[in-house]
Amino acid sequence: MKRMGLSGNYAAAYAVKMADVDVIAAYPITPQTTIVEKLSEFVANGELDAEYINVESEHSALSACVGASLTGARVFTATSSQGLAYMHEVLFMASALRTPIVMANVNRALSAPLNIWNDHSDAMAERDSGWIQLWASSAQEVFDTTVEAFKIAEDVQLPVMVNLDGYIVSHTYEPVNIPDEEEVRKYIPSKPMKNRLSPSLAYSIGVVGPPEYYFEMKYQAIDAMERSRVRIREIESDFNKRFGRSYDDIYTYFMDDVEYVLLTMGSMTGTARVVAESLRSRGEKVGVVAIRTFRPFPSERLAGILGDVGGIGIMDRATTPGGSSSPLYEDVASCLYSVQKRPILQGFVAGLGGRDVSIGEFEMMFMATKEAAKSGRSKPSIYVGLRG
Amino acid sequence: MLEIRWHGRGGQGAVTAAEILATAVINEGRYAQAFASFGPERRGAPVLAFTRISEKEILLRSQIYEPDVVVILDQNLVTMEGLEQGLKAGGTAILNTAFEPKDFAERFTAAGRIATVDATNIAIKELGTPITNTAILGALVRVMGIVKMETLEAIFKERFKAYAEKNVNAVRSAYQMTKVFDRGENK
Repeated sequence: MKRMGLSGNYAAAYAVKMADVDVIAAYPITPQTTIVEKLSEFVANGELDAEYINVESEHSALSACVGASLTGARVFTATSSQGLAYMHEVLFMASALRTPIVMANVNRALSAPLNIWNDHSDAMAERDSGWIQLWASSAQEVFDTTVEAFKIAEDVQLPVMVNLDGYIVSHTYEPVNIPDEEEVRKYIPSKPMKNRLSPSLAYSIGVVGPPEYYFEMKYQAIDAMERSRVRIREIESDFNKRFGRSYDDIYTYFMDDVEYVLLTMGSMTGTARVVAESLRSRGEKVGVVAIRTFRPFPSERLAGILGDVGGIGIMDRATTPGGSSSPLYEDVASCLYSVQKRPILQGFVAGLGGRDVSIGEFEMMFMATKEAAKSGRSKPSIYVGLRG
Repeated sequence: MLEIRWHGRGGQGAVTAAEILATAVINEGRYAQAFASFGPERRGAPVLAFTRISEKEILLRSQIYEPDVVVILDQNLVTMEGLEQGLKAGGTAILNTAFEPKDFAERFTAAGRIATVDATNIAIKELGTPITNTAILGALVRVMGIVKMETLEAIFKERFKAYAEKNVNAVRSAYQMTKVFDRGENK
């Protein structure tokens, strides 16, 4: 093991190198670019024996990945924002064709106005594309999650998107424990996959699926996503044993005799924990719950954890204009509908387009959640730090 | 936790300085975070970078509003407004300038300590180019400690290869030539 100072993007690149991928196809886009820059350096200097395909767009990048994956290659790509949006139609093909591609999506706001900074609108727009979505909140988590992602993808035969917050994680240097390459290889050995295209096994894939067949074929991918819930947790537990770090699909902090919690996803979890600790020292019974596995959404477990809590504040970094609320809020609300004593929910939309979410604003979110729980009714979504 | 804000201009290496310091702290076994305030990256435009240093894992992900230390890499930025903004009372200001530290006592009213070094001159002499990020690290280590000089030198060797020695000389020279004004001692 080696302890290094790495940015989130470099942590992703090191994980991909250790995963010994066969094919990388990507198109540069801020703030993702340094991932594939580092990988192209690894390929160029011989540290990584992989085919690096330069393409003219993200649509082609993911198309090349799908083709490569169908031959049984271990495949990686990375993108952000507009790049992910440009992959949109191919994302659905990747999941329905059951290609175990791993992608790093460095979360960035969608235009307009053009904005290179962080929010979650890119990933949320692809919520229903059939990809497993994991969220990392530090450079260490980026490394570990990317390694795990290959194992999950190949095990359940679905593509996995590893999300990391643009700049806040992607360009922040911090300590990362890098395990020995041998240990990573043992955890994710390359093994031949069944029914893959090759010169000796040629057939057509993804051709017309008429109404007589489409439904069943689509259902197989839906079912694979459902079945991945159990496998993801087993794979996480195996990781924890081997590497001594603990991952789960939901994280909980300060949950003893908790009265109200703030639910987050991605890098904001760290600040939420710092603020919760300080509020606890002042006698406030606050807790933090963070979602790591956004797809498949851990509905049952989350309902079990949150069912008895008085109030839940839900922090979204994306919106659903004209919808009943925001993406994360909607999922939390629908999984809590069936619990006996429904907690009061308070929605927050924060940090769009890279707007900083300060310690003071986190305190406000905790207090507004407490207020909603006490009064028994919540306000419409609060737009944190919005001027005017 | 110690929070540092770096002011420089695009191309001077403020982001690299923030990152080298963090790497040094990490290499010494402690915790650090280095990040920049990214914007349209243009050579010569004012840029901000940040370093957080702690004995414990750093979870905080918000920006730094009240730094313990401000470091100014560009001699012309010293006259710009807003550099002292948020500096904690009793904090430290480290400036690249040929002037004396006490000349800035009224400019940085919150600073308990002010240090100056002519990093531009040192950089031109040692590196042949006015890139001040390594020299200013020498002043920072002189005033704040934080990391060992050997740790910095090892990072330079890995990063700057053929230019490592010149940068080591710049750091050492700046370390020697840094002047410090301590408000407590000068009341």
